[in-house]
Amino acid sequence: MLTVPVETQILFAGILFFLGLIGLLVRRNLVFMLMSIEIMFNSAGLVFIIAARHWNQPDGQVMFIFILAVTAVEVAIGLALILQVYHHFKTLDVDKINKLKD
Amino acid sequence: MTNLIVLIPALPLLSFLILVLFGGKLSRKVAGWIGAGSIGVAALLTIIVGISFIKSLPETKSYSVVIWQWLHVGNLTANIAFRLDSLSLVFIFVITFVGFLIHIYSIGFMANDEGFTRFFAYMNLFVSSMLILVLADNILLMYLGWEGVGLCSYLLIGFLYKEPANGAAARKAFIITRIGDTAMIIGIFILFLSFGTFNIQDIMHLASAKWAIGSSLAVITAALLLGGALGKSAQLPLQTWLPDAMAGPSPVSALIHAATMVTAGVYLIARTNVLFSLAPIVQTIIAIIGALTLLIAGFSALAQHDLKRILAYSTISQIGYMFLALGVGAYSAAIFHFMIHAFFKALLFLAAGVVILVLNEEHDIFKMGGLRKRMPVVFWTFLIGSASLSALPLITADFYSKDAILWFAFSSNSGGMVLWFAGIIGAFLTALYSFRMIFITFFGEAKTEPTFNAGKLMTVPLIILATLSVIGGFIELPTSMGNFHLFSNLVNNTLPNIAIKNVEQLEWLFQLISALIASIGIYLAYRFYFKKPAYIEAFNHSRLNHFFEKGFGFDKVYDVLFVKPIVWLAEIDKKDIFDQLNISISRLAIWGNHFLSIAQNGKLRWYLLSFAIGIAFILTLMLTK
Amino acid sequence: MILIYLIVILLAGAFLAWLAGNWSAVLPRVISLVALGIDLTLLVLILFQTTTFNTKWLIDIQSNWIPQFGIGLHLALDGLSLLMLLLTFFLGIIAVIISWKEINSKVGFFHFNLLLILAGIIGVFISLDLFLFYFFWELMLVPMYFLIGIWGHENRTKASYKFFLYTQASGLLMFISILALYFVHGDSTGIYTFDYNQLLGTQMSPTTAMLIMSGFLAAFLVKLPVVPLHNWLPDAHSEAPTAGSLILAALLLKTGAYGLLRFVVPLFPSATQSFAPIGMALGVLGILYGAKLAFAQTDLKRLIAYTSVSHMGFVMLGIFSFNELAYQGVVMQMIAHGISTGALFIMAGQLSERIHTRDINQMGGLWEKAPFMGAIGLIFAMASLGLPGLGNFIAELLILIGAFKVNVLMSVLACVGLIAATLYSLRILQKVFFGKKNTDWKMNDLSIREKVVSVSLVIIIVVLGLFPQPVFDVAKPSLLKTLERTKSQESGNKTFIMTQPINQSTN
Repeated sequence: MLTVPVETQILFAGILFFLGLIGLLVRRNLVFMLMSIEIMFNSAGLVFIIAARHWNQPDGQVMFIFILAVTAVEVAIGLALILQVYHHFKTLDVDKINKLKD
Repeated sequence: MTNLIVLIPALPLLSFLILVLFGGKLSRKVAGWIGAGSIGVAALLTIIVGISFIKSLPETKSYSVVIWQWLHVGNLTANIAFRLDSLSLVFIFVITFVGFLIHIYSIGFMANDEGFTRFFAYMNLFVSSMLILVLADNILLMYLGWEGVGLCSYLLIGFLYKEPANGAAARKAFIITRIGDTAMIIGIFILFLSFGTFNIQDIMHLASAKWAIGSSLAVITAALLLGGALGKSAQLPLQTWLPDAMAGPSPVSALIHAATMVTAGVYLIARTNVLFSLAPIVQTIIAIIGALTLLIAGFSALAQHDLKRILAYSTISQIGYMFLALGVGAYSAAIFHFMIHAFFKALLFLAAGVVILVLNEEHDIFKMGGLRKRMPVVFWTFLIGSASLSALPLITADFYSKDAILWFAFSSNSGGMVLWFAGIIGAFLTALYSFRMIFITFFGEAKTEPTFNAGKLMTVPLIILATLSVIGGFIELPTSMGNFHLFSNLVNNTLPNIAIKNVEQLEWLFQLISALIASIGIYLAYRFYFKKPAYIEAFNHSRLNHFFEKGFGFDKVYDVLFVKPIVWLAEIDKKDIFDQLNISISRLAIWGNHFLSIAQNGKLRWYLLSFAIGIAFILTLMLTK
Repeated sequence: MILIYLIVILLAGAFLAWLAGNWSAVLPRVISLVALGIDLTLLVLILFQTTTFNTKWLIDIQSNWIPQFGIGLHLALDGLSLLMLLLTFFLGIIAVIISWKEINSKVGFFHFNLLLILAGIIGVFISLDLFLFYFFWELMLVPMYFLIGIWGHENRTKASYKFFLYTQASGLLMFISILALYFVHGDSTGIYTFDYNQLLGTQMSPTTAMLIMSGFLAAFLVKLPVVPLHNWLPDAHSEAPTAGSLILAALLLKTGAYGLLRFVVPLFPSATQSFAPIGMALGVLGILYGAKLAFAQTDLKRLIAYTSVSHMGFVMLGIFSFNELAYQGVVMQMIAHGISTGALFIMAGQLSERIHTRDINQMGGLWEKAPFMGAIGLIFAMASLGLPGLGNFIAELLILIGAFKVNVLMSVLACVGLIAATLYSLRILQKVFFGKKNTDWKMNDLSIREKVVSVSLVIIIVVLGLFPQPVFDVAKPSLLKTLERTKSQESGNKTFIMTQPINQSTN
């Protein structure tokens, strides 16, 4: 069995997380931002898996399944909202949808 | 019997209340006679009280009546109480008697004016306050009268309220006298705190017992009281209000601004003479102020065009004589001059009032002329008044009173050649400007036609006053002629005798000089203003004349020094700087709100970035710990 | 119990008036008049039944309210509070009468607020429990806010906010101080109580005393007001309806002075001594600065408001002089200023009811149209410049003499304020009643109702000026009580240095 040091595994998850974060900050399209969030979720899930593997405990995997469920729901609601936003504003550019400031 | 003195100020006060409360319902005639009648009764009472007082002079040389206790706080006690002595007797006599004549005159003079009852109400209130002033047995009650006459003076100067200039003159009078009064009240504080009483007699006894001559407290207190006297009596440097005060109707000028109120300062100093004798330096200052004032006012009177302004400056100048007398310690001479001055100056103002009224409010003497034939009664009485004012020797009353002052200015221990010389120059000026008035107003060609003849109500008081201006002097004859001292014997029951140098045998010489000077003055007035030589015309257009006419430019100086800065100060911070401070607090809050709202721009990614930065920041903190 | 009745009657009247406002506009006015009338009668009865004022308290009732925290229902009446109550009820009645025609909207609610304020003021004047005192102190505030905010003039919203913020913020500071005092006293003695009598001798370090005192001072100096803290006053006064201005000037300001006399000086005798020079200086600053601003104003009500600032400076000067003369002067000033400034505000109200402006530049020559009003204005302008024979003179005289004993410079500067008072008072007269008519207003002179109000005020101010003694006699014991507390703390004898110092008599 190939052994990768746990630090490298965590680092990988971290890189994944930052990729997601950067995507979130850089992308202006709501769909891509949603995808970036998914990446970040997954990186978090990955950390749980790594931890479960490391301490040989199933809780982490349970947690990952839980996260999967949450992301599924989140994507469903998120996409529905994005559809509504597009319907309402005729754009998905998040910088144009700055109604929050009022 | 002497308890009647309570009624003397009470009657005018009562009449004031009646006129105020029921004035609207009374006819003019009734209102006028209530106003004048109350003073008349008061005058009668004064004579009764006076005779009984002189007949049976009590041990203390005074009567006191306590009416009620006014204040009693801690160790501070003040009563509403009157005290009659020979000094106040002279004053109440002049106030009620001259006041009565002026009231009678006013019934005729004001007959066609609006606010007839208002006029009499104010006049009665004035007489009442003035009587309280001179009868008060404590200095606090005296201050009540003192401010009361100030108020009435303000109201009566501004009587014709629709003209803003009158209002300005009234305010000027009130404010300037109030400046003096404030000095005076501080003096009263010091007296009270030093002696624990307001009673004038007690203060005088305690002061002479406790204060050394020339001690700093005595000097400060005397100077502060002098401040009050200077304001009320229109002496240098607070004299500027009196010429403007002529905006009031002529009876007001006669009663308040000639006969009575403006001499309150003289009364104050005479009443508190002990204090001033403890402060010789202040007394010297009084003499110097008197001398300077009489000169400055004399020169100013010489250049005036307005008949009443001439008389106003003349009043200032004559009160300057009284101050001169007070300054050298000649109290009885000062009071004597006050009385005589009250007669002839009231006469002059009343006569001038007739002239002005009859000529349709014409004040400029150069637009009058030739009135001698048109209004003989007024002419003759005015002539007698002017002769008295210029101290025409032997026959006029003022000769005796002014001569006494001049003599004492020289012969008193604190007097001297300089003071006498100032006085004699003043006497010359007085004769000059008096007859300037006569010659320009009553001689020459007529320039304005009189519209009607003055009625008896106006002329009879003139005649009575004219008589008094002549015979009034005979109750006090100098040592060198007659040696008859009825008046000073009476007054010296209250006031100290004057100490004079050993030069008595010279008195006749000084009388001769002053008689000569007065005659020369009259003659020169005849040369200058009747013959009208060219150089007088030239002088009339000179700058010096203009300077005199403006009263030596005091008004302008005060305007620049005080009025303008105060108005500027009021304008500059109208909105209240502290309010701006408070507003700036709320501005700060609003500005902070704006600043922080920049962050709330609605851009989702911006929020996320700050979110990320925040997390990074916290993580760094945690990790580096 | 009678003290509780006084408040309960007003509160009941307040709610009744609000209810009655639903049916009729006259009924609330009548109810208010009746409630105030009953109270005034009760008080006059107390006054006449009292044979001596030399007891500590004329009436003293005490019962529990929230015993767990040491909060009691402690109300007491002495000479000083009695005078203040008389003033309150009398001016309360005047306030109802003058708003008879002026207030036409929400009449019921107006009188509800009016009576509520008066109830609060009375509570302040008689409560001897600090918590209760604070309760009443806040009770005055909210209805006043409504009074200004609902029935005021153009800028009423801003003015009412300003009033509320100032008084509320300063009131909270006082509350902190009350709590601090409560705990300091509790910590040192083990008895946690808000009771005035027990808190009187609390031991504390000078710094603590200074800090706690400054909280009280904040509330009272804002209310008084003292110059840097006075800015709510011109706005509130000029924007309030006439009755509001009257109550603000004549009564609400007095609660500040009362608080200083009743609480600050006795509770912190030595701290007030060390604060005295600053206090006197603030007083003088108020006198001069208030007068200066009054002189510059063109809005009549604003002008009168600034004269209040000036007059209250005398109160400040007197309170920090710590002697009987000055204290009697302060009491007299509170009453006389209440009457005279109240009367001036009433006059301003009557004018703006008639000509709908408060700008004095548009007035002028009104004597011709309204000589009666002019005469009243004249009398009260004279009162405010301190003419002898009127109440204000007595007050200012005593304060100035009292202050002169302690600090000559301050007293002399305050005397300059008398000249300044002349300037602004004469300006009012000249601009409003004398001079040229700037606009030919169509206006009537005073109606009978207004005449009755004005004449009664005139009579009082003259009586105060000529027969002030009863007021002094009533106030004397409570003032001496207050002074005694400072006396015991006073080290050196700071009497006036003259040839022979006059000792303060305390007979």
